[in-house]
Formats: sequence, C-alpha cells, structure tokens
Amino acid sequence: MLKRSFFSSKYLPYLLILPQTLVILTFFYWPAAQALFQSFMLSDPFGVNSQFVWFDNFSRLFKDRYYWKSIGITFFFSFSTALLSISIGLLVAAMANRVLKAKAIIRTFLIWPYAIAPAISGIVWLFLFHPSFGVIAYSVMRWLGIHWNPILDGNDALFLVVIASAWKQISYNFVFFIAGLQSIPKSLIEAAAIDGASPLRRFWVITFPLLSPTLFFLLVMNVVYAFFETFGIIHTVTQGGPGGSTMTMVYKVYKDGFVGLDLGSSAAQSVVLMIVIVVLTVLQFKYVEKKVQYTG
Amino acid sequence: MVEKTPWLDLLTYTLLILGIGIVGFPLFYTIVAATLPVEEVSRIPMPLIPGDQLLVNLKTAWIKGNLGIQMWNSFIMAAGITFGKISVSILAAFAIVYFDFRFRKIAFVSVFCTLMLPVEVRILPTYEVTANVFGPIQQILAVFHVDTLIGFFTGNRFRISIEFSLLDSYAGLILPLVASATATFLFRQFFLTVPEELCEAAKIDGASPMKFFTRILLPLSKTNIAALIVIDFIYGWNQYLWPLLITTNPRMSTAVIGLIRLIPQMEDLPTWNVALAGALIVMTPPVLVVLFMQRWFVKGLVDTEK
Repeated sequence: MLKRSFFSSKYLPYLLILPQTLVILTFFYWPAAQALFQSFMLSDPFGVNSQFVWFDNFSRLFKDRYYWKSIGITFFFSFSTALLSISIGLLVAAMANRVLKAKAIIRTFLIWPYAIAPAISGIVWLFLFHPSFGVIAYSVMRWLGIHWNPILDGNDALFLVVIASAWKQISYNFVFFIAGLQSIPKSLIEAAAIDGASPLRRFWVITFPLLSPTLFFLLVMNVVYAFFETFGIIHTVTQGGPGGSTMTMVYKVYKDGFVGLDLGSSAAQSVVLMIVIVVLTVLQFKYVEKKVQYTG
Repeated sequence: MVEKTPWLDLLTYTLLILGIGIVGFPLFYTIVAATLPVEEVSRIPMPLIPGDQLLVNLKTAWIKGNLGIQMWNSFIMAAGITFGKISVSILAAFAIVYFDFRFRKIAFVSVFCTLMLPVEVRILPTYEVTANVFGPIQQILAVFHVDTLIGFFTGNRFRISIEFSLLDSYAGLILPLVASATATFLFRQFFLTVPEELCEAAKIDGASPMKFFTRILLPLSKTNIAALIVIDFIYGWNQYLWPLLITTNPRMSTAVIGLIRLIPQMEDLPTWNVALAGALIVMTPPVLVVLFMQRWFVKGLVDTEK
C-alpha cells in the first residue's frame, strides 16, 4: 500500500532501504541459500573438498534413528511446554480479570519473568531440581518417595527443561490473554448473567470461544518459542543429555554442525527446520485473518 | 460482576496468590540462596531465611565471572541491536510507504520473509559469513571466474582475496541480528494511519522528504519507538546462541554466557550461592526495564506479537 500523497525521488528510497537490504542479504538470505546448497553437498569436516550428492544427506538423515528420536523429543517438548504455560497463563489471566482492585500490582508480579534470559531460567531451575541440593528434588523425594535425578534420568531431564521453558513463557501468555479478555464486550457477559448463567458457564460459553483466536495464536507462538528460543535452557541444563533425551532439533543442528563438524547433515537439518518454521508462520497468519473476521 | 459470589471471589484470590507464588518462587529462592554462605546453601534442605552474605557473594560472582566487562559487552550488544533494529526498519518503512519506486513490493516482501529465517536455522552459514563478511562477494567473483578473466587481460596471474572477520567484535555480535520484520511491519502499519494531509501540508510548505521524516513522522512514532526499545533491549540482552558461537575471547563474551562458568560442576565445591548471585546481577537490567517501562512493554509485546 502506498500513500495517496507521496514523494518522488530517484535515489532517496533506495538509500533508505539500503541498510536493511544489506543486512538481510548478507546475514539472512546468503546463509539460508548456503544452507540449502550445502544440504546437497558432501564435504569433509574442514569444508575444503565437497561433492554434489543430491538428496543423500536427507536420506541419511531420515534413516538415522537418533534424528527420529530428536524429532519425537522436540514435538513432545514443544507441546508440553506450550500446554503448560498456556493453561497457567489463561488461568491467572482469567482470575486477574475478575479482580477489581490491585490490578497493576498483580500484573507487575506476573510479567517480570519475561525479562529473564532462557539460560538464566535454566540455571535457576537446575538448582531447584538439583539431585543433591535442590529444594524441589528434596521435597519430591521426602513426600512422594521419588528419586529425582535429571542428571542421570532422561525423563526427569526432559521434565526439567519443560518446566524451565514453560515458567518463563507464562508472562507472555498472561499479557496476551489479558489483552484478549479486555477486548470482549462487557455487555455480552452481563446479558448472559441476567439470563441466569453462572460465572463458570459464562466463561465456557462466551469468554472461552471468543478467546479462541488468541488461544490459537499463542499455541503457535509458544511452539515457535519452544522450537527455536530454548537453546539457552538446553545448553545450560542438560546439553542434550542424558543419552540424547533432551536433544531438540535446534540443539542437534548446533551439536552436529559445530561440535561434530558434519556439515552436510547439519545443513540438511537446517533445511528441515526452515520447512517447520514456514509452516508455523503460515499458521500464525491464519490467525491474523481470523482476528480480522472477529473484529470487523 | 452482576451477582455476589463470595466463594468464587475467595477461589479467585487463592488461585491468583498461588499463581503469583509459582511464578515468584524461583526468584525468591534465588535471592535467598544468594545471601547464604556456601555451607548453608548446600545444607539439605536449604534454609528459607536470608543470610547476610549477599554482598560477599555478589562481589565473588562479579570477580570470578568477570562480569564487569561482560555486563558492558551485553549492554553494548543490547543497545546496538535496539538502535540498529529500530533505525533500519523505520527508514525502510518510510521508503516503502512514502515513495513510489520500482522494488517497493520486493523490498517489503523480502524483509517480511526474514521472519522465517531465525538464526537457529542458519547457524553454520551465518557463522561463516561473519567469519568473513566479504565471503559472498568472493564466491560470486569465483563463480564468474573474474580473477582468471583479469589475469587473461593483464597477462599476470591474479587472485582476488578479500577477507574481513567480524568474529569477537561488537559489529559481529550486533549486525546479524539487526534486521527486523516485525518492526518494519509495525512502522509500516503506523505510517499508513498517519493522515494524508500532513504529508500534503509538508509538501506545500516545501519541506524535503527527510525534513518531513525528522520533523513530523519521527515525533509521531515516539510511542511505537518506546515500545520497541523495551522489547528489543530485552531481546538483545538475553541473546545466547549467537554470542556463544562467535565469541571465543572471554573479554568479548556477554554476561549471560559468562554465567555458565559460575555453575558448579559435580567435582567442584557446590558454590550455588555465587552462581545465583551472578544470575541476580545479570537478570537485573532487563527486569528493571520491564518493570519501569511496563506500559511500553505491554504495548510492544501486543503490537509486535513478538
């Protein structure tokens, strides 16, 4: 879209978009093209000799049992993180929306974890769940009799990174749910109340359906977060271990490429991730369309 | 709302306090742990009453983790990314909305598609480009055999080699993260709502495009810029993967990376008090930004859908 009244200049617009264009060409499109190119090449670890091998990297990748394991872990991790943080976020937002006093203070107490780096969230939760010193590990053993050891047990480790990732994301979901709740017309809910619908019923029949676009949007955004932004948590807490039980797809790209120097496989994994994010972005924009329908 | 529901109100407050408790407990525990001496912090269970070692632990973390220089690096990186993202995207949005030029649509679409290329999916090649920013040019020259061509015309053997590495530098930490589809989109949407009359009036008064931009558009964009400053500063400060890859010199690394060295390993003395004191130091700047600029933060989050 263009303004009805606009400027005309031969060189100025090009000058204005130049900085952005230089950055995205050098650091976005060129590397992406390289990843695509390298995913069809077989190179030695130093990248000196390489040979075009068609889809060999991909077929090797999809025959790899560990890659499938990593895909399974990533999906489980992402959806657990999303569900956990969305449900807590929705619950607190719905409660905060009912409260008339102290709204600002409640909001303050709930939004600050957004500012915490994933890596720091990882360190804090690692301490809370530490098998020898952690208070939660201690309580779980004392009261439930479960020996908690995320350093040795894969399931415990996965549970720990889910908690550390979901905790940080609660504030994000809270902010969006509050915005969504406040945009629902009060008159609708009052009308239902006059008709005798109980508060719980009003929530399920009116509020929840009207929140569904927000819910869908948050589901996509939380999955994106869990896929791509939790590298810091995995790296500080488990480094993909024990035995690859927290090896998410992004962590595997890093590990195979930077530590294992398997360039072809790492590039092929990058291409798989690009396809994942394209799908997620398309889903996210489906939400934008929906939102337009609801408001207009 | 309409009726009186004392039980439901009680439940509401209980759940809210519980929620705030769950969200706040890790921070509370971190603060307590950071005030204890090492023999207290490794006692099982750890006492929940703060000790008096806070300053000692903060100082130890500051020195042991080399946090002074790294906090500075984090600040430069976060400020650079914030300034860079906002300025390149506002200029691009200005060009896209207020000028009619041939590549307008392509410029917008190509910025928008960077949404689908987060650094995590192009780790290795982005590292390679940063290790030599002229790598792309060199490879393009090689494809067209420019050096052989020049050699043919001049009669000498000729080899073009241009190299410039951004590893272990502020530019390397900042530049690859500076493009922002969301900010460009936000400014574009905002400029489209600016009344046409403003631009017409500016033109009648004989203002140049840049004068219109600095005198009218920029002041109008203040709230959007404030919101983006909060979001982008936190984004920059909390970066992990990128600084981990491109900094090898501890003097160039950032505070979040520096913290890792404070985590006690199995065979060490369990100095979790120092590690968590360090975590407190590093989390303070972004938490303060969120708390003191809460209004802008919420606006930024909802507007950019970040």
